[in-house]
Amino acid sequence: MAEYIILRNRDFPDIHKLDVYRENGGYEGLAAALKKKPEEVTAIVKDSGLQGRGGAAFPTGVKWGFIPKDVFPRYVVANADESEPGTFKDREIIEKNPHQLIEGIAIACYAVQANTAYIYCRGEFKYPARILEEAIQQARKAGYLGKNVMGSDFSLEIYTHLGAGAYICGEETALLESLEGKLGQPRQRPPFPAVAGLYGKPTVINNVETLANIPPILIRGAEWYRTIGTEKSPGPKIFCLSGHVNRPGNYELPLGTSLRELIYEHGGGVREDRQIKAILPAGASAPLLTAEHLDVALDYESVVAAGSMLGSASIIVMDETTDMVWLTLKTSRFFRHESCGKCTPCREGTYWLVNILERIEHGQGTREDIALLERVANQIALSRPFCLLGDFATTVVLSGLKYFREEYENHIGEKLALSFPAHPQPLVESGRTAIPPSRDLPR
Amino acid sequence: MFSPDSRAELDQILKRYPDKRSAILPTLYLAQRDYGYLTPKAMQEVAELLELDPTEVNTVAAFYTLFYREPVGKFVIQVCEDLPCALCGAEKIVSHLRERLGIEVGETTADGLFTLQTVMCVAGCDRAPVMQVNLKYFEGLTPESVDKILEELRSRSPEEEK
Repeated sequence: MAEYIILRNRDFPDIHKLDVYRENGGYEGLAAALKKKPEEVTAIVKDSGLQGRGGAAFPTGVKWGFIPKDVFPRYVVANADESEPGTFKDREIIEKNPHQLIEGIAIACYAVQANTAYIYCRGEFKYPARILEEAIQQARKAGYLGKNVMGSDFSLEIYTHLGAGAYICGEETALLESLEGKLGQPRQRPPFPAVAGLYGKPTVINNVETLANIPPILIRGAEWYRTIGTEKSPGPKIFCLSGHVNRPGNYELPLGTSLRELIYEHGGGVREDRQIKAILPAGASAPLLTAEHLDVALDYESVVAAGSMLGSASIIVMDETTDMVWLTLKTSRFFRHESCGKCTPCREGTYWLVNILERIEHGQGTREDIALLERVANQIALSRPFCLLGDFATTVVLSGLKYFREEYENHIGEKLALSFPAHPQPLVESGRTAIPPSRDLPR
Repeated sequence: MFSPDSRAELDQILKRYPDKRSAILPTLYLAQRDYGYLTPKAMQEVAELLELDPTEVNTVAAFYTLFYREPVGKFVIQVCEDLPCALCGAEKIVSHLRERLGIEVGETTADGLFTLQTVMCVAGCDRAPVMQVNLKYFEGLTPESVDKILEELRSRSPEEEK
């Protein structure tokens, strides 16, 4: 991309400073918004086609439009609980371009007429949140926040709020519970947060990257925005590239860029020129893709058509040396650890996924265990829990079996021969480092 | 007891929310800073300050991984061993730390200086492997860089961390 739209810190390294941000068009989006009626601002965002960048890809303007008339107060919450494995884009926005996030929040607040906004940062963002707080204070002093924003009738306060280590709080209703001081567990929907959200009041919750898209849309218009990306997935997207690539990092590119271009042109290809074995396009939460899928366009509709999801676009690349059973165990342990415990299929199911996979990993599994693994995963996926975490937990298991079933089967045969009867490995119930990755074991 | 500084901070925090209960996480952080970890007495005090039942405070504290209900070292080292870091050698960093500190994951050194933990993804995957020490990022780790970090931490007052 010729010019950065979101990661403008790449073009202007000091843009975290208010004066530098202002010299480069900063807070002009807010000024433009304040000259319009709130519903006109929502209409522009709707027309832009911007979709939620946190993972769900729900149209942002439509979400704002759900706020019921005549119910006050209203709230806007920025979701900065960035916790999906392989996602690190919101952190760069917060640390390097915080005013664009703050301006986006201010525009969102004006559009839905909310006078209070919270930025819910994951607890591990203690220091990034301080950068944000400093930027909020600067913006407040300069009249972009506080009473009578930029001389208008509109007033707004933005506060940061630190979580304390819980992946589930990235789920929007669990986030609201946590912000209200309760356990971070998801709520039943409906009612949706737009109707009854924070403190039971109408609430808009948007991801950090989504909100950072708002100021450029207000300055340059919906039509301009739609010239970037694809028809169904307009705009730029930050792709978080990690794993076995030469140049991991955040890449801001138009939606619709191919996986091949992202990995080989931008990411410098695979380490030691190895072959790609598997790709996780949405962290630990969506089905695996393989080298066969390198020409898939990274937009919301194409990744779904390829059998996975783009989600928050945390693209983890794994080369030919990666053991798929080890990988599946890794993601399953993640979900077992992060399950909030509210719904039985997720709480118990993730426990059993880990249990069975540990058996297979340690050469104590049987062929029946593979069938059992599949059955447990399908049962979690078919249950109807309060949120999608349980479903996410099954995606790598089921797609792993779909593409690499032979590897699970081979694993059993070989490990049995190696491990029995001389060196049976103990089953380890918990303790995330107790088991070495299978790459260190004889294969 | 909460320090006067923490009391003053709490007054500011309470202004942000229409409901006192929302201040539970920020208040628990203050308590953890003052008490070192969340002792029953600390949680009792949080409950009194926010007019909540101590059991509720306890339950909330137990839900989140960044609240410590047992003593921890002055420096809490949290090494990410989630997938992207694991693909880039996190396991080696964990073994190196275990060896250097002479403790297992979850333990604290006898001098009370370091606690070693492994954690899930901390959003630093582009510079994996990564760890946080008292929530400050240390990225692109190698065994050599870990040694330097430990050396530097030993010479530093943890008060600077707060």
